[in-house]
Amino acid sequence: MLLIHCPWCGPREEVEFRCGGQGHIARPADAMDISDAEYARYLFMRTNPKGWHYERWNHVHGCRRWFNALRHTVTHEIRATYRPGEKKPPLPDGTT
Amino acid sequence: MTAPFDLRRPEGGRIDRARAMRFVFDGAGYSGYAGDTLASALLANGVRLVARSFKYHRPRGIATAGAEEPNALVQLRGNARSEPNIRATQVELYDGLVAASQNRWPSLELDLGALNSVFAKLLPAGFYYKTFMWPPGFWHFYERLVRRMAGMGRAADASDPDRYDHRWAHCDVLVVGAGPSGLAAALAAGRAGARVILCDEQAEPGGSLLGSGATLDGAPAMQWAGAVLAELGALPDVTVLPRTTAFGYYDHNALGLVERVADHAAEPLPGQPRQRLWLVRARQVVLATGAIERPLVFRDNDRPGVMLADAARTYLGRYAVACGRRAVLFTNNDHAYDAALALHAGGVDLAAIVDLRAEPGGLRVDAARARGLRVIAGRAVTATHGRSSVTGVDIARLQEGSDLAVLDRESIACDLVLNSGGWTPSVHLFSQSGGRLRYDEATGAFLPGRAVQAVRAAGSCNGAVALKDCLKQGAAAGAAAAGDCGFAAAPPALPAAEPEPESAPMRLLWVVPSDAPVGHKGKHFVDLQNDVTAADLRLAAREGYRSVEHLKRYTTTGMGTDQGKTSNLAALAILAEATGREIPAVGTTTFRPPYTPVAMGALTGRTVGALLDPARWTPIHRWHVRAGAVFENVGQWQRARYYPQAGEDMHRALARELHAARNAVGIFDASTLGKIDVKGPDAARFLDLVYTNSWSKLGIGRCRYGFMLREDGYVFDDGVTTRLADDHFLVSTTTGNAAPVLSWLEDLLQMEWTELKVRLTSVTEEYAVVTLSGPFARRVLTELTADIDLEPKAFPFMSLSHGTVAGIAARVFRVSFTGELSYEVQVKASYGLALWNACMEAGEKYGITPYGTEAMHVLRAEKGYVIVGQETDGTVTPYDLGMGWIVNDNKPDFIGKRGLRRADLQRPDRKQLVGLRLEAGERRKLPEGAHLVADRDAVPPMPMLGHVTSSYWSVALDAPIALAMIKGGRARMGETVYAPLPDRVAAATVVEPCFWDPEGKRLHG
Amino acid sequence: MKRYSIFSLARNALSHHEDWPQAWRSPEPKPAYDVIIVGGGGHGLATAYYLAKEHGISNVAVLEKGWLGGGNTGRNTTVIRSNYLWDESAHLYEKSLQLYEGLSQDLNFNIMLSQRGVVNLAHSEHDLRELSRRVHALRLNGIDSEVLSLDEVRRLIPILDCSPAARYPVLGASVQWRGGIARHDAVAWGFARAADARGVDIIQNCEVTGILRDGGRVTGVETTRGAIRAPKVGCVVAGHASVLAAMAGLSLPIESHPLQALVSEPIKPVLHTVVMSSAVHAYISQSDKGELVMGAGIDTWNSYAQRGSLPVVAHTVGAVCELFPIFGRVRMMRSWAGIVDICPDASPIISRTPVEGLYFNCGWGTGGFKATPGSGWVFAYTIARDEPHPLNAPFALERFSTGALIDEHGAAAVAH
Repeated sequence: MLLIHCPWCGPREEVEFRCGGQGHIARPADAMDISDAEYARYLFMRTNPKGWHYERWNHVHGCRRWFNALRHTVTHEIRATYRPGEKKPPLPDGTT
Repeated sequence: MTAPFDLRRPEGGRIDRARAMRFVFDGAGYSGYAGDTLASALLANGVRLVARSFKYHRPRGIATAGAEEPNALVQLRGNARSEPNIRATQVELYDGLVAASQNRWPSLELDLGALNSVFAKLLPAGFYYKTFMWPPGFWHFYERLVRRMAGMGRAADASDPDRYDHRWAHCDVLVVGAGPSGLAAALAAGRAGARVILCDEQAEPGGSLLGSGATLDGAPAMQWAGAVLAELGALPDVTVLPRTTAFGYYDHNALGLVERVADHAAEPLPGQPRQRLWLVRARQVVLATGAIERPLVFRDNDRPGVMLADAARTYLGRYAVACGRRAVLFTNNDHAYDAALALHAGGVDLAAIVDLRAEPGGLRVDAARARGLRVIAGRAVTATHGRSSVTGVDIARLQEGSDLAVLDRESIACDLVLNSGGWTPSVHLFSQSGGRLRYDEATGAFLPGRAVQAVRAAGSCNGAVALKDCLKQGAAAGAAAAGDCGFAAAPPALPAAEPEPESAPMRLLWVVPSDAPVGHKGKHFVDLQNDVTAADLRLAAREGYRSVEHLKRYTTTGMGTDQGKTSNLAALAILAEATGREIPAVGTTTFRPPYTPVAMGALTGRTVGALLDPARWTPIHRWHVRAGAVFENVGQWQRARYYPQAGEDMHRALARELHAARNAVGIFDASTLGKIDVKGPDAARFLDLVYTNSWSKLGIGRCRYGFMLREDGYVFDDGVTTRLADDHFLVSTTTGNAAPVLSWLEDLLQMEWTELKVRLTSVTEEYAVVTLSGPFARRVLTELTADIDLEPKAFPFMSLSHGTVAGIAARVFRVSFTGELSYEVQVKASYGLALWNACMEAGEKYGITPYGTEAMHVLRAEKGYVIVGQETDGTVTPYDLGMGWIVNDNKPDFIGKRGLRRADLQRPDRKQLVGLRLEAGERRKLPEGAHLVADRDAVPPMPMLGHVTSSYWSVALDAPIALAMIKGGRARMGETVYAPLPDRVAAATVVEPCFWDPEGKRLHG
Repeated sequence: MKRYSIFSLARNALSHHEDWPQAWRSPEPKPAYDVIIVGGGGHGLATAYYLAKEHGISNVAVLEKGWLGGGNTGRNTTVIRSNYLWDESAHLYEKSLQLYEGLSQDLNFNIMLSQRGVVNLAHSEHDLRELSRRVHALRLNGIDSEVLSLDEVRRLIPILDCSPAARYPVLGASVQWRGGIARHDAVAWGFARAADARGVDIIQNCEVTGILRDGGRVTGVETTRGAIRAPKVGCVVAGHASVLAAMAGLSLPIESHPLQALVSEPIKPVLHTVVMSSAVHAYISQSDKGELVMGAGIDTWNSYAQRGSLPVVAHTVGAVCELFPIFGRVRMMRSWAGIVDICPDASPIISRTPVEGLYFNCGWGTGGFKATPGSGWVFAYTIARDEPHPLNAPFALERFSTGALIDEHGAAAVAH
């Protein structure tokens, strides 16, 4: 049961949120010029790391805002949450 | 002859002798006192045999005094409140309690299931994996027998009448366990000003102090406990929760607790929940969960009357119950001597203390000897005797290096065998928290190691033994926890405990020898509940089940309702021995929630019945109810499906509704469709990006139908969107997708196109929408409005007018989902019912007829209009639907544009939307979902073309019609396809998916 | 392999069961094999077994980082069925079900296949339509499946609340009678024992830490017990497919999530079929031991921790209590989580990869157990012949580029 710090509302229970999967996936600007395989990378391929993961969350039962988070997929520690457009925090030292 | 020895001792205990409680066990009436558990009351009444074991149906009694009880499981209460597998040791006695033994037939005394014992030799661990394989396919029959034998208690025979609550709570410090350590911790944190929750599974806080007879500052320790509780009670930010078990430790310091609010009564008081589930988010946690005494594994260690030493002390000290008249203590450690001495002082004849250690020494042993007790060192109990109760034990000398104990044999008569193999700290919650465990050689137990979450362990769950150490650890942990929450805290002054003698080392002997090799005679039980023996464990190891998880699964040890609280460690040790490894190298099994079983009702809380999911009603709902509508669930909405009149079935009601909509005027409640208000300077640009078609040039007051795709190119949603102003649109969505569409649009705006100035507002519930549809729709509306010009030229198809309808400010959209002249009148929700009533009144002379979703479906299908989620299933493109015209490929970008270009989405033989007409005179509809084939005579498995998505009886055509998605369907016009049905093969002709007014004259009229 | 039977049990009873042989060996890894299977779960063991049995390739090592069957094989809700919507899936799972039907005898290990029927409940007109679509498709595919009326459902499952007053009343159901449950651990152990008997080396506590390549082709794996060479490596590591793929420089269309399940205390038999309701989100059967076995939905965030959140479990239990109100006082005894690898189309990947000799079998999501023998059978074929069997050809990685997904999410929510 995660405790998630919404950048607008503060710490809230996990049940108020919905996870939106991997974050910082750029929508290809040249989509019409790239191959199906390259487009598939955008649509489907995911880093799915065992470790720190940049991901998207929506405070769906709260302020309805989306934001980004850096969370560890083994310990579930949430190192940071930040608003869209804010720079993504670096990976914690010595880990991947 | 001495006076008869009364098992209920004349004085002492924490029972209320003024309040006698009657109860029934297996049909016989007994009496106990307030403060008793069912177990203590049964023991006081001399009831020894209370259960049968799972596999061999061996007679079993009460072995423990707490949550770890493996044997004494009963069926509690009756009828709808009947509960299986309840531990008698945890049931508070109440007047009128009814309990029964389980898993026996015909009776507890005479249980035919015990025949299994005869065949026990054929039933070693995992026997079922090795047999029941012949003849092939016959497992089904064996299984019936196995299932009947298995299981324990029974589920209730009627719906649970009780209610359960959920509660979320936050605190600075959660203290689990209100024994001496937990009380000290709560006191330290509470005094510092922290918000504290202290929970304990028992009715009365105090933990081990309740039955140990310990003193603090020279007074009974419970006096100190009482004072602490009084102080805690006076602190405003401290909550003490008795009868509350912390059962699960989850991420980010969240714990699940279950509070048994009313289980100590026959039924809850009116308005009272039976149990309450607490979800506690704690900044710091102190675990003071105590320790559980570990049984010794000796031959036939399961007979009623074989009991943990400390349990017997608890029964005497807390309930004033002597568990027997003549006892033998069998121990590998000093501490059990305390129990023996207490029982001796309580009047129990202590026949002997059998100590596995060759030379036990120290103050406790001396004290026993000083009282004239017979201490027999270096011996073991090698057998027990008796059937429904133990009648005696055999003892023999242990020999170094031998697996047998045959020397100096002696038999001792007794009716109580106390045994103690040391203590196992209750590290369940610590382990669940992710904390590492470390093995302690001296005590043969796992102790909390490095913590991962904000948690501390204190007291005997942390390996402390002496009371003073428990208090000290508790106080220090409580103060540190409060300190970590920012409170200035110092451990409180603690009362002085009696000095405790240093303990001599215990002797770890995981399997006690007897006069025959283990497994040859009798049974050395490790897991009493699942009847797993030391021989079973060794067999598993021999067969290669060397991982502790394999061992558990192969033998079922630790998989019972007690989850191995008294057996896991011994099983681990036996596996380690059998495989020549050290215990830490074998590891420990994962502790999983819950610590003790939790009623499914408590987990559920209130979210059943009407509260399972909110039911959404339109503002006109009450009218539909009064009209006798039959409703259907569409997502959370309850929509009127049809309105049967007296004597009508659905088919007739539908025919009437359809006839009215095509020939007169129908009225339909369309309020459930999703409505999203899109506003901002970039609104049109935004819609250009999320719809396949173009919006920038749509005139104000004009409507347009659009598809939203997913990025992969498949249809996500559809609906009509209207431009209200240059920077303002009203998007409509399907009923079921309203929330997902809004969420998706927000996602795009907030995360992808952050530069766009657009705001979205869900206005679905702001407005009621009444659709008038049919040739007389305009006439009805004319009667209701004076300020809207309804002339087709002034108010053409796919446009919007503002004005008043029935005196109510309204937006009127001229759109149609039926193919008829239609108006959707949108008013503020609170006026919805008034509008509907006004329409009904004005329309009466035109034969206005309410129609429901079923008629709506038929009307739209006759026109070939698709329903997202019916014609589409997440794998359909606009091209597949024959609606390529709606995709504006000239736009530089829109969601799904690139996805549509992928190779598989361009195949010519994709499934495409078609209509189906049946042979002339065929009156039977095709079933929806029926699959279509090209070859009438094909046999399974046969290649399929596609399936019927919609199928109705068309009143307008007086024939069945259908829509279907079939491979290369556009190129199959005029072909015959076949639907092989269970009872026939239906033939159908592929036609254009529009059966009614293909030119659209009526809706433009 | 010494055969198991009632006679061998009786014979061993005379020697106090002290002479049973090891079910499988625990050999030291050899320096090289013909094929390495990474992952000692049911699918990996089945792959090794069928490599040996069907393709005569027995110089095979199965490398397991922990204990065999310790991943999702030992953590699932043991349901077996083949009533999938799309032909591609239906054929693959049907192959698996057919293998299951003879598996106890084939392996000489009782996996306790209990074909007690799998019932899918419908709670809305939309559910009924989807259920009908599925049943019609299955029937034409030659797979048993039928629609049950409300009355038939009531008779089949008397303890199910079929009241029309329910929030989402049961309107009907479909049933696959050949579906049911099996003993999950036994499937892993049975395959392990039978593969071992055919010469396969099963090596536990051996974690793969790298995939050795020479140019574009695989040459072996690096492990915690040293390098092991093989010209062909098949990865079947549910829950860790992306991690293994990353070792070979590949990325997969997979996200890993916790999937929780739970059992109640054992009670006397009351539920004789598997019951699933996608609308109310319940999924339940009763084991032979008497426990109610319930599967929850996934936790929505990525995780490799085999740990989920309580509200997800509570939601499932609530759904079960809604359908079976007599279970309110039955108690949850144990809950746990596995890690499931979810593909975008909820269908697996059984495929060659851009690295020659490297094969992946992954992405089974929440439904891998039922596929165990079939998955192993087609994967063995794919590895042995370096080309997919027609049954798994549609499940290649390429589908994510072309768009030919096999979307088994069930149809989208009803929308009208």
